[in-house]
Amino acid sequence: MIALFFRDLKLSIRAGGGAMIGVLFFMTVVAVIPFGVGPDLNLLSRIGPAILWIGALLASLLGLDRLFQAERDDGSLDLMLMQETPLLLTVFVKCAAHWAATGLPLVFASPLLGLFMNMSELAIGATMMTLLIGTPAITFIGAVGAAVAVSLPRGGLLVSILILPLAIPVLIFGVSAVYAAIEDPAPFLPPLMILTAITLFFAVIGPVAAAAALRHASD
Amino acid sequence: MRLMAEGLSAKRGEDLIFNDISFVLDASDALVVTGPNGSGKSTLLRVLAGLLHPESGYLKLENCPPEIGRPSEVSHYLGHRNAMKRELTVAENLSFWQRFMGDSPGGTGVAPAEAVAAVGLPDIAHLPFGYLSAGQQRRMAMAKLIVAYRPIWILDEPTAALDAGADRLFADLVKAHLGRGGIVIAATHQPLGLDRTKDLQMTGFEHLAGDHWHDA
Repeated sequence: MIALFFRDLKLSIRAGGGAMIGVLFFMTVVAVIPFGVGPDLNLLSRIGPAILWIGALLASLLGLDRLFQAERDDGSLDLMLMQETPLLLTVFVKCAAHWAATGLPLVFASPLLGLFMNMSELAIGATMMTLLIGTPAITFIGAVGAAVAVSLPRGGLLVSILILPLAIPVLIFGVSAVYAAIEDPAPFLPPLMILTAITLFFAVIGPVAAAAALRHASD
Repeated sequence: MRLMAEGLSAKRGEDLIFNDISFVLDASDALVVTGPNGSGKSTLLRVLAGLLHPESGYLKLENCPPEIGRPSEVSHYLGHRNAMKRELTVAENLSFWQRFMGDSPGGTGVAPAEAVAAVGLPDIAHLPFGYLSAGQQRRMAMAKLIVAYRPIWILDEPTAALDAGADRLFADLVKAHLGRGGIVIAATHQPLGLDRTKDLQMTGFEHLAGDHWHDA
């Protein structure tokens, strides 16, 4: 399993792996917002956390469709299905590697982009923390979509559309936790706890559902 | 170890691809599946590898250690695709599969360096898999068969894209595996250079498919 984790990490860093695509897309989207909105610093700092979260959500949808499709195209998925190792464990490890390669860079890129949006240190810190907690949930939800669309040659957009409704709660609680951290009356902990719960929930449900979908997709 | 198939049949969509296939393979037996294109050889092998559910019939193992569950867990499947990553080097690919698959009870795999030597290409293990020619890729995929020990080998057109020398090399690999008490099931159009094999001739189901056409 550790072998699978490092192999997937290596693959995403090598040429054509797409680890950098997500973070570049994230930077592009957030970097153009100030040009579009104009130099109203108060407005930018007010919408900053929401923009960062939306950018991170869309960026983590990129490349999800290849999570299992690349394995299927070269026949590796067949061998993974045959092993004694439970398939859901394989799926979980693949998700973890995918998140480490594509989700974690988003978390580390967010402080820089926070400066673009004139956010305070507290807001930047809170955004980083909620992204760190929330983005794994998007990967686990995405694994289900990727598994359902594994045999479709151009399933990229379909995967995004399938999983976006399920990812909306992650966005809502992620953003509301950041606003709770910077605006005084709202409590910070409850939305953060719900966000954590969503991630833990999908860490269990996601691999189970994805493994079931992969078993049915094999032909 | 004994592998038994009883009354297997499989469907693709609505059409029956083959019907009522039964065989018994003991240790050191080789089954060569032949037949024209579209007669269901690949489908049969995918059923044997546990990748397709049979429409009827079953597959089971006898005289084997009790910890083995499904036959697919102790099988190697070499399909049309090589299951190797183009971006990784051959050595990285092989050592990944070795660690990921592990050995079945009753044997141990060889080191990746030995495996590439066994397929006659010891000098190119450091190259990315995508740089190799089709024949070299196929040979490296065969090296995968010996890095992790599996008593049952299920091979779909294993010698496609191979030259005569590699054919002999592959026959030696298969013979060595049979000599250790392994089981080999291969679908092929070319002779594999094995003596004492069991043969299964697939004929296809033109008439059945035709009937179906009339019904619809």
